[in-house]
Amino acid sequence: MFTKIRTWGPALALISPTILLLGIFVYGLIAQNVQISMTNQHTSLPRADFVGLDNYFRLFGDADFQHSLRNLLLLTVVFLAGTLIFGFLWAWILERPDFGEGFFRSVYLFPMAVSFIASGVVWRWLLSSLQTDQPGGERTTGLNRLLESIGLGFLQNSWWSDPNWGVAAIAVPAIWQLSGYVMALFLAGFRGIPDELREAARIDGCSEWKLYRHVIFPQLNPVMLSAVIIIGHMSLKLFDLIRAIVPDANTYDIQVPATMMWVKYIGSDYADSAAIGTIMLILVALVVVPYLVYTSRQEKR
Amino acid sequence: MATSTVPPPVEVSTPRAPARSSGRQKINRTLKYVLLLVFVVIVLIPAYVLFITSFKGPADADPSTAWLLPTTWETAGWAKAWETLAPALGRTFALVIPASIISAMLGSMNGFVLSRWRFPYANVVFTLILFGMFIPYQAVMIPLTQLMQGLNIPNGIPSLLVLHIVYGLPICTLIFRNYYESVPSELIEAARMDGAGLLRTYASVILPVSAPGFVVVLIWQFTSAWNDYLFAAFFSSGSNGPVTIALSFLAGGQLTDYAASMAGALIASLPTLIVYIILGKYFVGGLMSGSVKG
Repeated sequence: MFTKIRTWGPALALISPTILLLGIFVYGLIAQNVQISMTNQHTSLPRADFVGLDNYFRLFGDADFQHSLRNLLLLTVVFLAGTLIFGFLWAWILERPDFGEGFFRSVYLFPMAVSFIASGVVWRWLLSSLQTDQPGGERTTGLNRLLESIGLGFLQNSWWSDPNWGVAAIAVPAIWQLSGYVMALFLAGFRGIPDELREAARIDGCSEWKLYRHVIFPQLNPVMLSAVIIIGHMSLKLFDLIRAIVPDANTYDIQVPATMMWVKYIGSDYADSAAIGTIMLILVALVVVPYLVYTSRQEKR
Repeated sequence: MATSTVPPPVEVSTPRAPARSSGRQKINRTLKYVLLLVFVVIVLIPAYVLFITSFKGPADADPSTAWLLPTTWETAGWAKAWETLAPALGRTFALVIPASIISAMLGSMNGFVLSRWRFPYANVVFTLILFGMFIPYQAVMIPLTQLMQGLNIPNGIPSLLVLHIVYGLPICTLIFRNYYESVPSELIEAARMDGAGLLRTYASVILPVSAPGFVVVLIWQFTSAWNDYLFAAFFSSGSNGPVTIALSFLAGGQLTDYAASMAGALIASLPTLIVYIILGKYFVGGLMSGSVKG
């Protein structure tokens, strides 16, 4: 027993600063956040009485918050669909080493290195739906202008200014930024498939399409799961991009929980702000906890 | 294959040999490159707009010329952007470099312990650490602002330094743990046999082979701390914040000077883009670790 402690004691000592820090900054603060969310601290006054789950019930009954949840769902669905389609397509095309493959990979991945704040600057212009009344009918800028000049004018739309579907336009820059990441995930998946598997299928007379459909694609399911988890939780956290594209923080139409939490914080409504934070945490945990348990079980085997 | 006018390939199992490719394969290959180039154009559209708009002066303000090159290349936007962002750029470097180095060092020690010098319940501890990577920081933000005030850590760079180190620990630990899994355990066993303790083993066996792991972690931390806006919004202001905050003030508001804000976006992105261009391979390595299994 004592010798055992002598071997793992120092290990525990080495990692204890991290355990302590994360114990406080992650788990301690989550507990405190839940506690604040159950008080009536709706102003900057340090008054705080326990009100139980009242704030949560009120939020879920609140039309604004319901709207933000609906927006989040819409954003996530479009964001996921876009990144998975482009990421998978690019990886599939680039899967076999060929001339210039590295160049294309680098170009598709580069938006990932840029901050949402910086890319938001240009996307705000691209997704502009402002109509400036100029003589001669030249009225629009950004993507709308481009679409018109290449004869795709029917694709013009009001982007994020649309009261119902506006938030889906926010997914466009998000897709632009993260498709390369999903591509990299899928590429790693493709490369992880042993060559013998392909050879065996070819010897068995498999056509190229059948080889992919029945041999290669099923091997990519774990990668797909990782991609869905990562993009899904990024979508839930998406905050910078919306703030960068939409100048007015209070714009109701494109509000998601992450931005609403900020608006409440600015308005010193700490209890509501904390409650929205907790709801976001629960949404993430519903997806991530099973995934973490699953991965740690896989590793044990 | 049957419709091909060129003599059919001798066998199907050598599709990679270009000398034997049939007409159809040539068409496929051409199609593939056309498709790839179309995607390159689409992906680069925002970069093109950033570049041309940043050099435009008032003469090019008309929407009809929005997608065209500037008629005269003006640098007023760049000058204004530089003036606004320069102090914030300095602050961001002062924040991001120490934050990356400190969390990388802690992550390296954690990764070593969790992969090669395990203790009871190491897996549970690891999973609990990992969860810190996925939480939306909004779920700790309100009490965090109170905690930082209580600890008397001033807003701005000092607060952000602490936060980037602490919340960077999970990903750094993960990357190093996955990396050290590939270090042969015989090396560590041999050192143990020789009577080397934990720190000796770490310093003499693990650290010398850690360079690639450090590069990946440093790049990852550098990029994510540089690009952070959420913590910066809660814990700093325009006068003491990093470059993302300064840029959002430059570009925000209803009336935007697009030349200046686009030049500012380019200036603010330059450090991470340079890192990406020079060390792209390691950048991808960090991204892959984000998928937990590495």
